[in-house]
Amino acid sequence: MDIIFKNVTHIYQPRSPFEHIALKDISLFIPSGSFVAVIGHTGSGKSTLISHLNGLSLPTEGEIRIGEFTLTKDKKPENLMELRSRVGVVFQYPEHQLFEESVRKDIAFGPKNFGVSEEEIESRIREVLPAVGLSESLLARSPFDLSGGQMRRVAIAGVLATKPEVIVLDEPTAGLDPRGQKEIMEMFYHLHHSENLTTVLVTHSMEDALKYADYVIILNKGKKYMEGKPEDIFIQKEALHQVGLDVPEIVEFIASFEEKFQTKIPFHNQSISQLAQHIAEQLRGVG
Amino acid sequence: MAKPVISFQNVSFRYDENQPWVLKNVSFEIHKNEWVAIIGHNGSGKSTIAKLLNGLLFPQKGEIAINGKPINEETVWDIRKEVGMVFQNPDNQFVGATVQDDVAFGMENRGIPREEMEKRIDETLQAVGMGEYRLTEPHRLSGGQKQRVAIASVLAVSPEVLILDEATAMLDPRGREEIMHTVANLQQSKELALITITHDLHEVVQADRVIVMNEGEIWDEGLPREIFSKKDELQKIGLDVPFITALAAELQKNGIALQREPLYGEELLEDLWTLYSKM
Repeated sequence: MDIIFKNVTHIYQPRSPFEHIALKDISLFIPSGSFVAVIGHTGSGKSTLISHLNGLSLPTEGEIRIGEFTLTKDKKPENLMELRSRVGVVFQYPEHQLFEESVRKDIAFGPKNFGVSEEEIESRIREVLPAVGLSESLLARSPFDLSGGQMRRVAIAGVLATKPEVIVLDEPTAGLDPRGQKEIMEMFYHLHHSENLTTVLVTHSMEDALKYADYVIILNKGKKYMEGKPEDIFIQKEALHQVGLDVPEIVEFIASFEEKFQTKIPFHNQSISQLAQHIAEQLRGVG
Repeated sequence: MAKPVISFQNVSFRYDENQPWVLKNVSFEIHKNEWVAIIGHNGSGKSTIAKLLNGLLFPQKGEIAINGKPINEETVWDIRKEVGMVFQNPDNQFVGATVQDDVAFGMENRGIPREEMEKRIDETLQAVGMGEYRLTEPHRLSGGQKQRVAIASVLAVSPEVLILDEATAMLDPRGREEIMHTVANLQQSKELALITITHDLHEVVQADRVIVMNEGEIWDEGLPREIFSKKDELQKIGLDVPFITALAAELQKNGIALQREPLYGEELLEDLWTLYSKM
């Protein structure tokens, strides 16, 4: 489903002393099937932005289209339930939202709410478990007996079991160890392709945005500050510093290498080993 | 050598008899004015160490002592004056209605006289760069500011040990940088024994020493430089190395013979420059 924001403004507690403009005149287009990273300093409006994607918030001004659904100031789509079954949101620390007595029941909770039949739910459970890397032997266990990483996978399985077309990830790797972070991101990247999802990733990790996203949107103080391909955005060191963001480490290093050696290394999202090879060749004078 | 501030002697811990050991025969010492980072995969026992250090848990085997005083149910209240702890979630650590109330809370519990409290509130809030926020309500602060107030509250009771248990995990990169800058300065000026439990490799690089936990045991211990030279082994136990270390390893594979294990970009650049001028 295409996602279109047209001049969207969101104001919390408007016309009160606590009025707060969280989003200001945002227009953007996320084509179906793309993997978009939304980046910004704390308080830049990221969370408010994604809360519109499944109708948890409505715009104060402007219009949002998600596939055939339209959201405006006073128009919640009549079929809000359907929108929510097609846009899955993995909130921060999703394992904090587990509550059922077994893993099976917890995964089933979402689809059950959307009126999916018992049989269909059972077949979906069998389908999503391997996708999140959990074994069927865990189904009868209490989710609270599992490790933190496993709990997070159960919570993600619950979102996947609703068979969303758009998946929204709010810092999905926070608090995980390096291997866990990598596994979770590889999993979403794989699902993105195998299930033809539209993926919206909110992250503080420039490295993850660079590695997985094909488009980046930078927010600052509720406004869209920059957008484009990661390899074009992440070389703009000054512009990013201005809004409290840093460039990925590889970009930072290339810049200082270029300065010290008075040379140019074009950035095209190369891997560490490609960069090492390039530097080695340059130092030997064959580059 | 001086007496250690923290000593762990053959400590083993499990939650109950039917559960596996979370820590197995762990021993280490940490001295005054020393910064130690503890790293390890989720579930490796890192946070259990922190909870044992201020008596939130007690070990089944072995002994833990702070300044030579063993931690047990009788000493635990004294120990907590010596060991300050800051946790991951900034929103779970506020008790006061304003920043200054929050900093005062720990001191009130310890019966510190009002005048002294006023002085320490000023000092500690200045130290963490929050001097202008005395009367601010906590919910108006950013995550990073909240964590700085949490650190001020802990410092106000002047502990000798400060433990940050993934205290920067929920912050954005700028917030992390600010906190770690504040903490590094405080550690030096107050000569604290500082323990940071973290997955953030930038924080690990700054420490004097690193303890690597794996499945409840100490897997290795050493300078950041020594630890990160074991890239392949670290990755096997679910950890990673900083970007510069990874790049240096790839350069070595391409026949660039580096003299040392670089941790910072400038170090690597200098080494490359030296090599280059000889080529």
